[in-house]
Amino acid sequence: MRNAFADEVTQLAKTDSRVMLLSGDIGNKLFDNFKKVDAQRFLNCGIAEANMMGVAAGLALNGLRPVVYTITPFTTTRCFEQIRVDVCYHEAPVIIVGTGSGLSYAELGPTHHSLEDLAILRTLPGMQIIAPCDTTEMRLALRSAIKSNLPTYIRIGKKGEPNIHKLDVEFEIGRAITVREGEDVLFIVTGTLMPNVLEAADLLAAQKISAQVASFHTIKPLDEAYLKNIALTYKTIVTVEEHGRLGGLGGAVAEFLSQLSNHPPHLRLGTQDEFMHEMGSQEYARQRYGLDSNGIAQQVINHLAR
Amino acid sequence: MSASSNLIQELQQKAALLRARVIETSHRAGLPHLGSCLSCMDLLTALYFYQLNIDPKNPADPTRDRFILSKGHGVPALFQVLAMRGYFPVSDLDHYGEDGGVFGEHPPTPSHLAGIEAATGSLGHGMPMGLGMALAARVKAQPYSVYAILGDGECNEGSIWESAMLAGAQMVSNFCVLIDFNKWQATDRSEQVMALNPLADKWRAFGWDTLEIDGNNTQAILEALECFPSKTGKPLAIIAHTIKGKGVSFMEDDNNWHYRIPTAEEVALSKKELGIAS
Repeated sequence: MRNAFADEVTQLAKTDSRVMLLSGDIGNKLFDNFKKVDAQRFLNCGIAEANMMGVAAGLALNGLRPVVYTITPFTTTRCFEQIRVDVCYHEAPVIIVGTGSGLSYAELGPTHHSLEDLAILRTLPGMQIIAPCDTTEMRLALRSAIKSNLPTYIRIGKKGEPNIHKLDVEFEIGRAITVREGEDVLFIVTGTLMPNVLEAADLLAAQKISAQVASFHTIKPLDEAYLKNIALTYKTIVTVEEHGRLGGLGGAVAEFLSQLSNHPPHLRLGTQDEFMHEMGSQEYARQRYGLDSNGIAQQVINHLAR
Repeated sequence: MSASSNLIQELQQKAALLRARVIETSHRAGLPHLGSCLSCMDLLTALYFYQLNIDPKNPADPTRDRFILSKGHGVPALFQVLAMRGYFPVSDLDHYGEDGGVFGEHPPTPSHLAGIEAATGSLGHGMPMGLGMALAARVKAQPYSVYAILGDGECNEGSIWESAMLAGAQMVSNFCVLIDFNKWQATDRSEQVMALNPLADKWRAFGWDTLEIDGNNTQAILEALECFPSKTGKPLAIIAHTIKGKGVSFMEDDNNWHYRIPTAEEVALSKKELGIAS
């Protein structure tokens, strides 16, 4: 996904002279093509994210469209106050891109995990939050974010994520995409766990449980109409995210459902309220938190059997 | 530099009147940070009535110079300056501190008041935003400069030094920072809270040209501003040695005036000292 991001931002820079790329000293050679388009619009801001975010706001308030790129914790939790004040309070059209999100960098330890970013950024007025499930959604999200002229956070994976959508999929910020139709369970998914959820839906189908899968690429603004229209159709609603269970997609959906006089039970899947002290691969970490396809299917089965 | 004595006298008179207005407003609206406002008033006056290429009638002109009060708590001074410069009527400030207004203890966002470039207040934010604005001029090939006033207390913040290093590396020559070095922060001497000195050496080490001046001396301020942009291509840091509470004898260098609100009697006394008729 990060190579596709580098390619997409380069394509955008070719046609839109406002697009700038700010890197927190990562992406060695990743942005060589961008620099060829216009070296002046690439700025390595060093390992100094608070300043980088303020600089981005200053650029955005003066007609440019900066895309800020570094590893997720450093472009979110580290400089949260700069995002809050410089970007959101000023309504500065800055695109914040967090790479290697969730447990992508499981082996680097909790310093490099991001399991709180959706929750904290969601609290900021005016902030759009998008977690694409594949490179197609990522490319379309980036284009739409620049067009929107609003502060936007895009949370991406690392590399090798399989494609889910066809290239001509209809994409709009704040509008969910149905990926698979079904009748018993509604999966609401954000980010790169989508392939695991689709596999889990296959596993459930083998148990005669039919699952609908929706890509909620946008967490804010939440597609409330989608939920309102079909929430009562399902026996259970399952939110899935590579993020803590507190305050992210699950939190956003729960906040909405709680306003309805009647809604099905809601199962929130995500990581536990803890730091992961043992090392391991992303696959290991996902399995540990029940976010692999078997883990997801089993938790749904257990939930339905209550 | 040959700033005429008339110009200097005119700026000094303006600064005295502005100081009196800030003190009066502080009394009426209960505004703190009087000492911080008074220390940087001569810098603000020189910038707004001499240096900045701005047109209050066209505050969104893309080629305008940008000014950021990075020490946002000094905004009672900036509001008075903006009013006198013509961004809005001076009488608007009669409503300072009223519920529902834009005049508070920190600047509102640019979209809420003409003349404001950044809603500062949380220290260490204005300078990085100003650096972004200066870099935008470079990318867009526009001729403007960016000026920012920082507090010495504000130089405690790490983001200031992150920003200084990037500006130094990038040779952002259209960026001028003025440090209102009044030797106090909220609760103590700034040099004792953090190892601030030698302050000019620090900025030089971070890739800036530096000047040290008496920041309450108008002629010295104008002479320093004449050196900007620096011929070396580096950004310029003007270390302005100032006196907190400058202009009123019983406020000068007394840090109680970081928070104290003057009484009616103290307002009258201040105005008398400043030579401003009631």
